[in-house]
Amino acid sequence: MNAAAEGAVRLRRKVQARLRVNGEEMEVSFASYKTLLEVLREDLGLTGTKHGCELGECGACAVLVDGEPQLSCLVLALECDGRSVETVEGLARGGELHPLQAAFADLGAAQCGYCTPGILMTAKALLEREPSPSRERIREAISGNLCRCTGYEQIYEAIEEAAKRMSGEPGTVRPSQGEGGRP
Amino acid sequence: MKVIGKPRRRVDGRAKVTGQTRFADDIVLPRMAHCRLLRSPHPHAEIVSVDVSRAEKLPGVYLVLTGEAFPVSFGIMPVSQDEYPLARGKVRYVGDPVAAVIARDEQTCGEALDLIEVKYRPLATIASPAEALATAEPRIHDYGPQGNIHRLQAYEFGDVEEALARSDHVFEDVFFYEGNTHLAMEQHAAVAAPEGEGGVLLYSSTQNPHYLHRQLARVLALPASRVRVVAMPNGGGFGGKCDPANHEMVVAKAALMLGRPVKICLNREEVFYLHRGRHPVLMKFRTGVTKDGRLTGVHLQTLLDGGAYGSHGPASTFYTGVLTTTTYDLPRFKFEACRTFTNKPPCGPKRGHGTPQPRFGQEVQLDKIAERLGLDPAELRLRIVAKPDSLTANWLRIGSIGLAECIRRVVERSGWKNKFRKLPEGRGVGLACSAYMCGAGLPIYWNKMPHSGVQLLADRSGHVTAFCGATEIGQGSDDVLAAIVAEVLGIAPEDVRLLTGDTGLTPVDLGSYSSRVTVMMGNAAMRAAEQLKARIAEAASEQLGVAPHRVEFAAGRVFVAGDPSRAMAFREAVELAEAKFGTLGTVGSYSPPKPPGRYKGAGVGPSPAYSYTACVVEVEVDKATGWIAVHKVWIAHDIGRVINPVLARGQVVGSVYMGLAEALMEEQAFRRLPPKLSSALVHRIPSLLEYKSPTALDMPEVETIFVEDPDPNCPFGAKEVGQGPLLPVPPAVANAIYDAVGVRIDELPITPDKVLRALELKAQGKTPRVGPASFPAVPYPKPVVVPPPWEGGDGNEVKRHDAAAVV
Repeated sequence: MNAAAEGAVRLRRKVQARLRVNGEEMEVSFASYKTLLEVLREDLGLTGTKHGCELGECGACAVLVDGEPQLSCLVLALECDGRSVETVEGLARGGELHPLQAAFADLGAAQCGYCTPGILMTAKALLEREPSPSRERIREAISGNLCRCTGYEQIYEAIEEAAKRMSGEPGTVRPSQGEGGRP
Repeated sequence: MKVIGKPRRRVDGRAKVTGQTRFADDIVLPRMAHCRLLRSPHPHAEIVSVDVSRAEKLPGVYLVLTGEAFPVSFGIMPVSQDEYPLARGKVRYVGDPVAAVIARDEQTCGEALDLIEVKYRPLATIASPAEALATAEPRIHDYGPQGNIHRLQAYEFGDVEEALARSDHVFEDVFFYEGNTHLAMEQHAAVAAPEGEGGVLLYSSTQNPHYLHRQLARVLALPASRVRVVAMPNGGGFGGKCDPANHEMVVAKAALMLGRPVKICLNREEVFYLHRGRHPVLMKFRTGVTKDGRLTGVHLQTLLDGGAYGSHGPASTFYTGVLTTTTYDLPRFKFEACRTFTNKPPCGPKRGHGTPQPRFGQEVQLDKIAERLGLDPAELRLRIVAKPDSLTANWLRIGSIGLAECIRRVVERSGWKNKFRKLPEGRGVGLACSAYMCGAGLPIYWNKMPHSGVQLLADRSGHVTAFCGATEIGQGSDDVLAAIVAEVLGIAPEDVRLLTGDTGLTPVDLGSYSSRVTVMMGNAAMRAAEQLKARIAEAASEQLGVAPHRVEFAAGRVFVAGDPSRAMAFREAVELAEAKFGTLGTVGSYSPPKPPGRYKGAGVGPSPAYSYTACVVEVEVDKATGWIAVHKVWIAHDIGRVINPVLARGQVVGSVYMGLAEALMEEQAFRRLPPKLSSALVHRIPSLLEYKSPTALDMPEVETIFVEDPDPNCPFGAKEVGQGPLLPVPPAVANAIYDAVGVRIDELPITPDKVLRALELKAQGKTPRVGPASFPAVPYPKPVVVPPPWEGGDGNEVKRHDAAAVV
């Protein structure tokens, strides 16, 4: 076996990690080169986390690692051994949407929905740090998440609305009528 | 109305915020193999040989394909079938696909690509339209009127020279609009799987499953009945997923050959190579005006940099001119256009397809005209707004037109009268207007069949299922379909189950392009729903003891008009109808009105309706750095009727965002590698970091105003909203910069260095303008001459000076 072939075999050798994903402890084995993004999508079937560049430029793959927003395309899955990872799949409680999800759906913050999981996770981390952030703070917080559809305006509004709903303050915007409006 | 016009969570809203929406790359099938493409490192070269033997021997490689596997060409337009899934004989841009590896995983694919040996013989590179015009040989393609010219078009609607000669003023301006790309956040992906006896099923991030279906059948030499395309929800389209693409053909072929599913997902660099984005366009406007600001005639010349393949190019070329006549009274119009081939990724349709470029020129020139005549630019435009229910010089039929109201509203909301030429030095406001189509009047390939079909199925569960080929690309086409069916049947949008974008299961809809979906799918849906309603009403009327026309539908109830106590649930009424008529299914289809123009080429530009937009932008320009800060945008859009205000506003703000991006930063630019490498013409830097697009911190506040002037050709009067609002933004920015610091930047993007250069010229007492100096000699043919409607004729050409006028 030549050196390149040996390298290829070594690269594919599986490693094991213990992750706490959306509150659930799990053992995962995967090829050592894999990023957290790849392990989430390919080995755990959590395809809610998206990718737009795999170079850390777009923010689409943002997840929370120990509560902090991280670009999962830049994190080796092996580095997450023993850590807690939260993805968009873990936001809702059973059938009940997280206030951020409900506000995003009600206020048009998700158009194509591709950047949405990354922005939701980034916004969740923001609201946990600052329960009622200013518009300027919201803009800064999501400035690493590119969105091509919305022009960002309805995203700011949805985050502000979620902050209000989470603080117990009545939201300024009523959830829309009909089935689709149910949180 | 109970649904139309009410703010609602979109029907697919929950799926989009929970990660449930399945995009093409989220699909995983048993035994699925992976695919990657080898791309050309040369901008223009003959392929001498391709040796795949080492790649084939790598463990885990299932198949290696080259151009030999694909003898049949393809292309979105019947007149430009000039691409092969994998290059045959030569490559035409850096990034042109040459070979494909299908293997057990992407890692193995990458390793195998490195083992493929391709020998190239480089050819001279054609880097620009000027080089294309000047270079007869080598030709990038062996078709087209001459050398490296892809298309030439020339039309004259009335004697423009005569009109200019008797005008009080003639303005001549040259503008340049740089190319840029869609940059949808989702990278293109496709999964193909064998289906049935020798058939193939392709899931793809495509905006146009129907056209892809036809092209796949052609390339694979399969009956179309054995090919099925499922358009997955697109993670943004903007026109970038309209063309059938190499990778889609390759995985379909590989799945058939291997008898197992094959997936490909392009990386971001490859998306920049696939491109099909905004054409760079150089344009010259010669415009005659009377001293009170009325237009007498426009002579427009355009020169497009088409890149390496045809793509939508023939249509794009028309679109750089044909909508010039739709906003203002214009008695005469001459339009000459030329698309060149260059060794760069192919250009195609991007939001506004071919029209933002001339709109930029036209609206900046109007600003110059207003200034010379001493008129307020808003007042000038209000005087000349086109008339409703009229024909244009080039025989387009305009229906409703809410443009004057749009202008009045943005003027009022922005405080225009207190700001224009009155703000302190360094701050300024600019205004511009635009029009856009609500769907192309003709299909891409010639046929007499409907442009959109909707099939409805109702059963005793009380649920209604709508089948339609329309494609959800984020714009909300699924929500529009559900809303229209629900409104007619008096049920909730959530009670309409949707099955869309599947050529194996749904009636044809031509696709999500040309802002056609709301109008065409919407009209088809209304027709199907009205028929279903009539059947249910007939059955219910017997039980209710009234004539069918007295049965009404609302809030999930079916009841007697004027006496809602005599009622039943919608579900009960459906049961009665199913008992009376058997299984309940109805269909509706839609074809646009026949275009009034009858000359050859009259098929590009007609539409069932036109949307209108007016925009005011306020900027601040830092004279020391040239930095442009946009403070606020006011935009009024004549949408006919709003279907869902939440989604409609999102389309407007998103369009403003993309317009600002094109005005101020985005450019699909190229550079030469250093000579010690290869001097090859390459994309400047194909990454999201270096291709500058606006972040949340760059986006100003946008005030969105809807003007509702319902159009009789549209469902509930609703016109388009997805593309039109982009158009006035770039010229409004340019006009605002002039108001702020008195310099004209006649080319996009308007970057700080250009502003500084113009300010320097101003300080030196020279003309404070940065932009193209001149327009080159282009061998336009003699024009097709068609008298405008008010000069007689029947929409036919009166004489052909030259048989080659339309090539």
